[in-house]
Amino acid sequence: MSDHTSRPSRRGVLFGGAVVAASTLAAACTSNSEDDPAPAAQAGTLGGDNDKPGKQVTLGFSAPAADHGWIAAIAKNAEAQAKKYPDVTFKPVEPTNDINQQISAVESLIRAKVGALVILPNDGEQLNQVARKAMDASIPVVNLDRVFPDKLSYRTWIGGDNYGMGVSAGHYVGKKLKDKGVSDPVIVEIQGIATLPLTQDRSKGFADALKSYGFSVTAKQDAKFTVESGNQVASNLLRAHKKIDALWNHDDDQGVGVLAAVKQSGRKEFFMVGGAGSANAMREIKAGGVLEATVTYSPTMAASAIKLGRLIAQGKGMADLVEQQAPQSVTLASETITKDNVDRYMPLGFES
Amino acid sequence: MTKTRHSGGTTPQAPRKGAGPNERGGALVSLTRKAGNGAPAGVGEIRHLGLVAALVLLCAAGLITEPENFATSGNAVGVLVLAATIGVISVGQTFVIIGGGIDLSVGSVMALASVWATTVATQSYGPAVMAMCAILVGTGSGVVTGLLISYGRMVPFIATLAMLVAARGLAQRMSDRRTQLIRPENDAIEALSTTKLLGLPLLVYIFAAVAVAGWLLLNRTTFGRRTFAVGGNREAARLAGIDVRRHTLLLYALSGFCCGIAAIIIMALTTTGSSTHGDLYELDAIAAVIIGGTLLTGGRGTITGSILGVLIFTLITNLFILNGLQTSDQLIAKGVIIVIAVLLQRRGLRSPA
Repeated sequence: MSDHTSRPSRRGVLFGGAVVAASTLAAACTSNSEDDPAPAAQAGTLGGDNDKPGKQVTLGFSAPAADHGWIAAIAKNAEAQAKKYPDVTFKPVEPTNDINQQISAVESLIRAKVGALVILPNDGEQLNQVARKAMDASIPVVNLDRVFPDKLSYRTWIGGDNYGMGVSAGHYVGKKLKDKGVSDPVIVEIQGIATLPLTQDRSKGFADALKSYGFSVTAKQDAKFTVESGNQVASNLLRAHKKIDALWNHDDDQGVGVLAAVKQSGRKEFFMVGGAGSANAMREIKAGGVLEATVTYSPTMAASAIKLGRLIAQGKGMADLVEQQAPQSVTLASETITKDNVDRYMPLGFES
Repeated sequence: MTKTRHSGGTTPQAPRKGAGPNERGGALVSLTRKAGNGAPAGVGEIRHLGLVAALVLLCAAGLITEPENFATSGNAVGVLVLAATIGVISVGQTFVIIGGGIDLSVGSVMALASVWATTVATQSYGPAVMAMCAILVGTGSGVVTGLLISYGRMVPFIATLAMLVAARGLAQRMSDRRTQLIRPENDAIEALSTTKLLGLPLLVYIFAAVAVAGWLLLNRTTFGRRTFAVGGNREAARLAGIDVRRHTLLLYALSGFCCGIAAIIIMALTTTGSSTHGDLYELDAIAAVIIGGTLLTGGRGTITGSILGVLIFTLITNLFILNGLQTSDQLIAKGVIIVIAVLLQRRGLRSPA
């Protein structure tokens, strides 16, 4: 540009100043600290003989890095529960999404000879070997949610029930429509990532439960567990069906986008059920809008896993069972949160 | 200081002083023609006719398969709303590709802008600052890639790939991988999707404004002519007196600016900022631009074509969901359409020569 002289022009100086001012402003905007604290991490209350201080134990903990509100809540809940016990030394390792890093992290816990390990693997198949190694070194492993294929690799498995989530949602939808006396209802389902086994389990549970009421899913479409995909799929689905009776959305995080789409369409003739149990979904349920219920897949399971790990390391059984030792597997029920019981669940909700 | 001056946004530099710039403008026009393979304007229109025909076919398919749901004004508005984000991004992408580059970072930059604009700190300043923040972050990211490409002499593919990864990472870091909801007091942003003017949500007007502004900038200004020249033949453009590096920088800044606007739209649509927004948008945007008749090698292309391309893709998604078909089938259909469009283009190029 030959018409520019080397002397900075007035426009240039002004613009430069504006850029500096703007970038200062933008830089001031990165902070994300909240004044009002997020709901505290969840841990059970103390009570019963088992919670009395016992043998001093060290619990190792390894989980993936938080790429979803749910996983973030897992780590928080585990730590909060462990801190409640004076007889537990909590030893978490750096959360990572890298398989090899998680393997070496678990190996370091084995070398440290912890009393028990609580592991949420990035991938059950790939972490199986190292879990087995821990068990072979007589360190009991509590396998959290994503299951190891080899039963010799863990002492106890505790996790959620995806099929059960679908069943709970199906029962809520089915019962409500039956009570209303709707015949041949339009039931729409927004899934998560369609290729995942967990999505297929949820869908199957939903269909099976609906069948017991003589209903079936009219249309289902897969989203990607993201807000944006939820919004896109929902806004198209709403146009595909002029009248909908019920909608089940698999995941509360993508549900934020689904709810936005419902609001944009101005539709109110149907009710919606969510999945997972995020704090935001619970606030919506409490406010009483189109979202009437959500079925849980609660990250509180991490707190329960820590409790189990402690019992196993101390050689105790579960207080409510007759057995001397903790059970081999615990499948958590998917609970249905509605306006009636939302206050009870609110403290358990996780920020997505 | 000179650098910041060069990043002077998107305002075209109209030739003002004396005869010099005007002559250069004249040289540019002939250069552009050459760069455009000597294709007369008619070819572009014929190609657009093809795209319009494809749209008509899709609409016919919609009318036949889902007569009572497809041909509603609600559905038409819905398609425009869903086309808005990717449409705005495609306008910026069209400029970059015509200018001989490519921008792979669009989706991540939009995600970063949406996250930056919805942090607790930004939200405390109100909706106007949030919108400004999104645009600044978008443009800023564009300036960074632009500098790397023009003055750092990096290949556009590599530089924007680096930005794709880094911006997504920064967005995740800043949001702690959480979905950041827009607070109730800032629902002016959300109102862009719920407030309607003449039956259309406000964000559709934003989309239209960006498209029209893009068209004017490309076809009616020196900036546009220079873009064709730079993309058509870099060396010739340099010899004709264009500051090619500076122009390249501006193109990427413009693309970033569009990502910033798209971030505002996605925030309005989803009521959130999230690091997961805009996943694979780069591919959608590039595909739309390519089926719109813009040459991937640069030097030739139209905004109208890109917008039609975006509408075709959005309409396919709409049709498939209306008919209850799964995502996998949509992907196959989109792939086939890209191939057909490019094959047709090649014919269109050959015949007039």
